[in-house]
Amino acid sequence: MAEARGHVPDPQTFGNPETGHFWREAAHGRFVIKRCTACGKHHWYPRSHCPHCGGGETEWVDASGGGTIYSFTILRRGGGKVPAYVTLDEGISVFTNIVDCDPERLSIGQRVTVRFWAEEDGLVVPVFAPES
Amino acid sequence: MTERKSRAYIMGAYEHPTRLATDKTIAQLHAESALGALADAGLGLNDVDGFFCGNDMPGIGAFAIVDYLNLRLRHIDTTDTGGCSYMIHVAHAVEAIAAGKCSVALVTLGGRPRAEGASTGTAPRPYHHAQPDIPFELPFGNVIAGSYAMCARRHMHEFGTTSEQLAWVKVAASHHAQHNPRALLREVVTVEEVVNSPLVADPLHRLDCCVITDGGGALVVTSPEIARQLARPLVGVIGMGEAMKGQDGGHVDLTYSAIAAAAPRAFSEAGVTPDDIKYASIYDSFTITVLMQIEDLGFCPKGQGGRFVADGNLISGSGRLPFNTDGGGLCNNHPNNRGGMTKIIEAVRQLRGEAHPAVQVPGCDLALASGIGGSLAMRHGGSVVILERQR
Ligand SMILES: [Zn+2]
Repeated sequence: MAEARGHVPDPQTFGNPETGHFWREAAHGRFVIKRCTACGKHHWYPRSHCPHCGGGETEWVDASGGGTIYSFTILRRGGGKVPAYVTLDEGISVFTNIVDCDPERLSIGQRVTVRFWAEEDGLVVPVFAPES
Repeated sequence: MTERKSRAYIMGAYEHPTRLATDKTIAQLHAESALGALADAGLGLNDVDGFFCGNDMPGIGAFAIVDYLNLRLRHIDTTDTGGCSYMIHVAHAVEAIAAGKCSVALVTLGGRPRAEGASTGTAPRPYHHAQPDIPFELPFGNVIAGSYAMCARRHMHEFGTTSEQLAWVKVAASHHAQHNPRALLREVVTVEEVVNSPLVADPLHRLDCCVITDGGGALVVTSPEIARQLARPLVGVIGMGEAMKGQDGGHVDLTYSAIAAAAPRAFSEAGVTPDDIKYASIYDSFTITVLMQIEDLGFCPKGQGGRFVADGNLISGSGRLPFNTDGGGLCNNHPNNRGGMTKIIEAVRQLRGEAHPAVQVPGCDLALASGIGGSLAMRHGGSVVILERQR
């Protein structure tokens, strides 16, 4: 059975000069995203510049943690993992997993909330679960 | 036959016959493909002055394979857009030839994922940890089958597309593959068999996925002056378009592909419309890949792809748009997980009248090859090449 999930070593996470803050915050259960100080738009994944207007300054802001499922799949050969795009209430879509759910009963447009999932190597990643 | 002038012509095309290359090296597959295409054109290695390949040869760019073949070059291009790289190479070869940078361009592909036991669609593909996207995607299972599956599910949600409609793409490919003695899967399948095959990544089933094969292929693109000295039919490249689509900084929209941007450029350059196309090679990594491209190419309005592909409409001889008459990547061959090469090769066969008689499109003088390489829901390249038989 192929393992669909991969592990990302430091310094691409905690020690990453551009996105390390994201991973350190996630380790404390906080979901932060980037916003452009020039055009005010959020973007994903986090960057030091704005991919929408080209502005050179972006800032970390707290995300609400809520969103809706944009699309998803169930990896039948990857242990049943559920990769998905979730559109955050801030308007940007993030690639993630849907957890704590019956995958067969998920649907596009369903409300979800951020959770944090600890990888075996200590990395904590944001995942989403259906709102109860 | 029109008298339109092309800036360059595809004069040699060769599909490596193997589907399992346990007894051959990657370099050998490139070389055997190169020699096959050059022989088809009536040329030799010493005639080649331009070389194009993707990153399917180990090492830096084209260094290893160019040295292995001992080519003397004026022009090298190692653009990589995944499986559709070879379509972009043809387009770039035309531009290089028109600019006088070379006159005989060789494009090669080779690889052996099957012999090496690769889990092409269900395990992470080669990546570098320093890719900025990797930490935000790899932990969640960003495998190829899942990526295309998310596009399929969104298409179903927005447009009412069904698994049965997607299955028709595979059914049509299998109708063609039954006539190809080299096809990996020659058995004709039904819609029921496709939708009842095991799910790989919902809503895509095993029979919605392409085959994994070893092998390769090569193309020879020449200047008009050289083309006219050769004995093969003139297959002119008259329109080309390329594009890349990513996640748009998080403004993700999975309902369209890079082909939506590439196709208008190609049709505009060729001065033809989708209605004029008599045969189409459409990259079929998955059934959804074909459906999405058919819409984005303009063969039907966005959202109508499911209805368009249903009921055998892609089957040569009965359908409105004969596609992938070699059996495509779904049934025939997907060498090194890169189907762009075989898409061009079958289009060339159709334009030469050299496809299998059971699937040959009568009077085929205008054809199209369209391809998507990479990961449809993440980052992918798209290329459209329009070809015309001119002699
Ligand atoms: Zn901005």
